[in-house]
Amino acid sequence: MIVEFGAFAMILALVLSVAQVGLSAVGRLRRSALLAGAGEGAALAGFGVLTLSFAALIYAFVISDFSVANVAANSHSEKPALYRVSAAWGSHEGSMLLWNIALTGFGAVLAWRGRALPRDLKASALAVQGLIGTVFLAYTALASNPFVRLADPPVEGRSLNPLLQDPALAVHPPFLYAGYVGMSVVFSLAVAALIEGRIDAAWARWVRPWALAAWSFLTVGIALGSYWAYYELGWGGWWFWDPVENASFMPWLVGAALLHSAVVTEKRGALPGWTVFLAIAAFSFSMLGAFLVRSGVLTSVHAFAVDPTRGVLLLAILLVFSGSAFALFAWRAPSLTPGGVFAPISRESALVTNNILLSAATLTVLLGTLFPLIREAVTGEAISVGPPYFNLTFTPLMALLCVVVPFGPLLAWKRGDLSPAVRALLPALVLGVATGLAALWLLTPRKAFASLGLALAVWLIVGALTEAAQRIRLFKAPLAESFRRLRGLPRGAWGATLAHAGLGIFVLGACFETAWKMEAAQTLAPGQSLRLGAWELVLKDVRRLDGPNYEAVTARITALRDGREVCALSPSRRFYPAGGQTTSEVAICSVDVSHLYVVLGERREGPGGKPVWLVRGYWNPLAVLIFAGPAVMALGGLISLTDRRLRLAPGRRREAQT
Amino acid sequence: MTGWLPRSPRARRRLTLLAVIAPILALAAGLTLWGLRDSISYFYTPAQADAAQPPAGRSVQLGGLVVDGSVLYHSDGRVEFSIRDNLAADRIHYRGDLPDLFREGQGIVATGAFRADGVFEARQVLAKHDETYMPKQVADSLKAQGEWRGEGAPRTAP
Repeated sequence: MIVEFGAFAMILALVLSVAQVGLSAVGRLRRSALLAGAGEGAALAGFGVLTLSFAALIYAFVISDFSVANVAANSHSEKPALYRVSAAWGSHEGSMLLWNIALTGFGAVLAWRGRALPRDLKASALAVQGLIGTVFLAYTALASNPFVRLADPPVEGRSLNPLLQDPALAVHPPFLYAGYVGMSVVFSLAVAALIEGRIDAAWARWVRPWALAAWSFLTVGIALGSYWAYYELGWGGWWFWDPVENASFMPWLVGAALLHSAVVTEKRGALPGWTVFLAIAAFSFSMLGAFLVRSGVLTSVHAFAVDPTRGVLLLAILLVFSGSAFALFAWRAPSLTPGGVFAPISRESALVTNNILLSAATLTVLLGTLFPLIREAVTGEAISVGPPYFNLTFTPLMALLCVVVPFGPLLAWKRGDLSPAVRALLPALVLGVATGLAALWLLTPRKAFASLGLALAVWLIVGALTEAAQRIRLFKAPLAESFRRLRGLPRGAWGATLAHAGLGIFVLGACFETAWKMEAAQTLAPGQSLRLGAWELVLKDVRRLDGPNYEAVTARITALRDGREVCALSPSRRFYPAGGQTTSEVAICSVDVSHLYVVLGERREGPGGKPVWLVRGYWNPLAVLIFAGPAVMALGGLISLTDRRLRLAPGRRREAQT
Repeated sequence: MTGWLPRSPRARRRLTLLAVIAPILALAAGLTLWGLRDSISYFYTPAQADAAQPPAGRSVQLGGLVVDGSVLYHSDGRVEFSIRDNLAADRIHYRGDLPDLFREGQGIVATGAFRADGVFEARQVLAKHDETYMPKQVADSLKAQGEWRGEGAPRTAP
């Protein structure tokens, strides 16, 4: 009964979505506050109803109602409760429902919070947002319905892929979708602004918080996915340039470009057309991601392999929405007023350079991701474009970007002066070069590119701090004055500093880990040990230790450094009878910000018929920074976001200051 | 001093933008073309590799089913095994992590290069659920054997 209620609620949300389009559009055309208000009501109600629908799906998973096809295919009665809940968005159908929740949710927030928006723009944006919602809800209800019942239900479900039964992956999709779909509001506002014919500084100010929120969510989502791959796949790697990873990375890159170009449009009124273009492109890349992941044209560990018809539908949705938006853009763009003029050396120029580099990088990733598809369609040859391609194309562009980043915030708008900026950045330059040289000198094996990467990382971090120090006139004014300035610093400035420093932290971890990680493997009998650089891993014993829905063997391994015990690790191998699969659970020991990473391999026959186990150890130096960097970046985004709210509600800001 | 520059500030700005954009795009395009020529790896099944004869040392991907009884483990973590398609088989040497789903009869994709003696030296081995590109024959035979297909597992019809 509850499942039927869920299906009904989903259809009701679809109807409300249609109502939202109609009411908002007619409300806009007749300039009727009543109708537009009703459209807002429909947006709020649609979100509420869809939440109930999702709750019904989760309920079906929690009680293991295997008469529902989706539950039977993806759940199992012995699965822990958390993974029964997360299985609700582990499949294609359930995750489409989650996608729609995010879509209607963002629409509801737009209806509820968008009071600062002019009425016409808001009504148009809600109509566009409603249209996106209608199409995706219709797709879910007609082609990917998660509530379909089975005529004769199985006794037991087929269970979720054990690799996906993991806490990080349980929360990864909600963040990722909040990011992907958050770009839909940016898209709607861009299309609405093109329809209304007004794209100015005020429009950029309305768009920026949405882009910021979506980008921050996406940052967290991608980082969680990467962390999952790092400890669950057991290869010690954290980014594989897998097509599906790229699919989530491209909207992130475009989103980052959009954040920066929106600042230029907001503060200086310049580049309005480019900002609108990016706003449309960001959500287009989100939809492209949905198509790539769900169509089955690419298979990877993250992909939902579904039948091609559904993929074709998603491709059609992508082409219609992006196509019409870009057509509208082409039609309206010539009438956009070009904004303020700026000199070659200015903050605008720095941000433009940032945008060009980010866009070029996005294009190289796009080409690398789609090239195998194109090549196979044209010549029939199967090829793969792997990390070597991306290291060659993406990395140099990003390295250039890292060089430019610290300059941006230090240059004045309109006409900047390079020499004070260079002088301010002198400490960053000196520290960066010193780090690079030290790395070249001290670290073995000697790696020039990685050392350059470390130099850039230090340049980024110190550069970001330099900018903050300059804002508070550190060491140039009395400390009390600096402290007063520190407290008065706008949150947006903090956000930028943190995001740029976070990028530096990530680059530091990524370069160090990639270049100087160590690995060793050996079959060990209990009592034997494995050498890994300065480490000695002693296998104490291997025991049987079963979990709720799996059988497992767990090893106890002691890690000694220079003869002293530093940590105890328990990697294990699990066998899931429901799917007949084996997974290995990595054990990670954090030593400062580095990871000792140990994998238990399969059991083999040793000499004399005694059992031995293959133990693999990795030393991943500074690995924590790879995930801490994005966390700091996302934190920067969120802090910037609180700044907007304070500025939009001036009354409260005054209160906060007293 | 800069008499050759256009007078209008807008035109100057456009020129500046172009001066920044052009080299970056040229760089990106150059790197991409270079990358797509040198850093892509072809995908072969053993029979296709026999036909194409990739030069020794050239990075390619080799996909097929692990031959029953062919897996040989060494105590230092090295593994040897054979993979086959319907027509041919190749011997693979590998030193590294075997994926969790690696087993006899399983479809795998190995990335690496052929040695002069015809043995394939793999740098990475991916099993079904990790793979990116799967030969159709392998995928089809896997489906016929009822191997796990992740989210795309054949559903009991809705």
